[in-house]
Amino acid sequence: MKQETQRQVSKTFLIILGFAFCLLSLTGCSSKQAESEVTITVWHWMTDREPAFQELVKRYEAKTGIKINFELYAPSDAYSQKVRAAAQGANLPDIFGILGEKRDFASFIKAGHILDLTPYMDELGGVWKNRFFAKALSVNEFTAGNNYGVKAGIYAVPIDIMTIQMLYNKDLFKELGLNPQKSPATFTELLDIGKKIKQANMQGLVSGWGEIWMIDCFANNYAFNIMGEEKVLATIKGEVPYTDPDWIKVLTLFKDMQESGILASGLVTMVNKTAEQLFANGKAVFAFNGSWCVNVYKGMNPNLNYGTMLPPQVSDKYPMTIWGGAGSSFMVNARSKNKEAAVKFLQWLTDCDQQAYLAQVTNNLPANKDALSKIPGILAQFADDMEHTTHPSTWGVSEYPAVIEALDKGIQSIIIGERTPEQVAAEAQRIKERELAKKR
Amino acid sequence: MRLKSTLENYLFVLPAAIIFIIFYIIPFIWVFQLGLYDWDGILPTKIFVGLGNFKEIFFEDRIWWQSMLNAGWITFIALTFQNALAFLLAWACNREIKLKRFYRLIFFIPPVLSEVVVGLVWQWILDGHYGLLNSWLVRLGLAHLARDWLSDPNTALTAVAIVHSWKGFGWGFLIFLAGLQTIPRELYEAARVDGANAWNCFRKITIPLMIPVAVLVAMLTVLGTMQAFVLIIAMTGGGPAYHTQVPVLRILASMRGSSRFGYACAQGISFGLILVVISFIQYRFSRRARQM
Repeated sequence: MKQETQRQVSKTFLIILGFAFCLLSLTGCSSKQAESEVTITVWHWMTDREPAFQELVKRYEAKTGIKINFELYAPSDAYSQKVRAAAQGANLPDIFGILGEKRDFASFIKAGHILDLTPYMDELGGVWKNRFFAKALSVNEFTAGNNYGVKAGIYAVPIDIMTIQMLYNKDLFKELGLNPQKSPATFTELLDIGKKIKQANMQGLVSGWGEIWMIDCFANNYAFNIMGEEKVLATIKGEVPYTDPDWIKVLTLFKDMQESGILASGLVTMVNKTAEQLFANGKAVFAFNGSWCVNVYKGMNPNLNYGTMLPPQVSDKYPMTIWGGAGSSFMVNARSKNKEAAVKFLQWLTDCDQQAYLAQVTNNLPANKDALSKIPGILAQFADDMEHTTHPSTWGVSEYPAVIEALDKGIQSIIIGERTPEQVAAEAQRIKERELAKKR
Repeated sequence: MRLKSTLENYLFVLPAAIIFIIFYIIPFIWVFQLGLYDWDGILPTKIFVGLGNFKEIFFEDRIWWQSMLNAGWITFIALTFQNALAFLLAWACNREIKLKRFYRLIFFIPPVLSEVVVGLVWQWILDGHYGLLNSWLVRLGLAHLARDWLSDPNTALTAVAIVHSWKGFGWGFLIFLAGLQTIPRELYEAARVDGANAWNCFRKITIPLMIPVAVLVAMLTVLGTMQAFVLIIAMTGGGPAYHTQVPVLRILASMRGSSRFGYACAQGISFGLILVVISFIQYRFSRRARQM
């Protein structure tokens, strides 16, 4: 009797246990439960956008129950190093950005770190793809037969766009007796203003030319204007030497600018932050900066009265072209177990409402075309020049970093009067030939 | 019994040896190994180039050698100006002067400050247009001397070297002061009894007894200064052109700017070897000096 009772108790216990197991398993299958367990980690370097991202994260979590963990790593140099180290250890987060050249982007893809987003972009007749400015998307795109050996496709999502151009202080223009509504249209006009700036003992153009890449950007603008895109790309391919008269002409512009007085003192060692402070505080007539500066200037001096302008043309043979396109982009980790959820989050982040919010709060140009109608006035001036933009990431070929360094450092030497444009061109060509020989 | 004692001894050394091997020897071998490859630091594939990277560093990379020369100049200023200043101040503070504890504290402030902060403050002082130094020069009627100290190729490197010396003299000061305090007072008293004046005491007692300390300070100065870069990034970023480039900046440029991870590793190994050779030469000289 006692044994039977014991057997019955054991049986009942087993039934309860089995029922509990089934219940727990079924609960585990619930989609809501699964989603709430997903946490997407995003690494970024954008200090100025961090509060806006955190606000958007709250909204997304409230809507979907998916947790998004935005992790900020600044400055950008430290961030860049962290991403590379994580790539070597295959420890990248679900979503991240790469700060570097197209060559680096290609290496990340070839190493299997980045998800091809083309199928998602093309879904439903390309709804996601069509949201973006074509130029913003092309920065993140590898076309068929590209020189990097990457399978054709779109590998990153632009969060915002940018253009890099010249700005001028309207109040200082008035002080110099110039019309604040009329920016110089030709290079000769710019040099004439330089003479006035020198006479008035003012500071002319400020920019982060101590950081090299901004010199590269400025020089490229004029290379496109003087010789056209085809010849610039032919030079990168090694078909045209840097000793070509057109390149000498580009380099000579820096000598002319220095002699006219248009360049601010200390420009060759100036970091962009210093340049931004000088321009925002009304201590420089011109600046060469990206559209991100709108937010920076607003923070430093909300009353700054300035306008944007394209770098004044030297030649009318080719149009003036400035650097622009995707400002910041996010990639999805191809090895992430949350990649589907990560893609969904990026689709939501680049939706019109979120893009408009980011643009209004951070004063950056939205990557979503539809959000453009909701941006502040001065930003619209930057957006207007989007049609003049190009970007090295869209050229399909990359110059060797050693050659870029030789050219940019050489331009610094020209500005400080140490070397001639011809000497700099010859040195750049020597390094180019050395690099080409190595490749062969 | 002897074997047991030997094993025991090895057992005590073992933790330190393991740490040394894991954190120094293995990374060194690994970095050397990477220096034999052409690798961008991202791709899983590396191209073996043998000693090609080292060949390029020693025979083709002119900028590398210019950066070595620049570091050499900064080191020269540190060895002379910085260490002379450190020694003189330590000697002064070792004497019976008022507020000597206060001075000791003051002189040790620059080394504990952040290099980035020091660099940015001095960048502002040396600024060509709004800088404090130029402003003083103008007030003193020396306007013709005012210039853009950090953008002028003739002054940029020396300006950086002087700021580096200002930032670093506190360490030398501290070591020299400790050295001076170990010299027995009786030696000076005996010398004075024998009729020696202050200069003779300094020349015949202080200097000879301070030689080992000076050698130590010199070695630390060379090793520390040759590897300087944070201050330089903050002040000039290595410019104008290549005028303030130093080896560590070149290694960073190879790794980050050019994505040449393998080459950067080879530069790191080469630079390390150069420092070892310099230290060895210094050590030999110091031994000879002590014997004299």
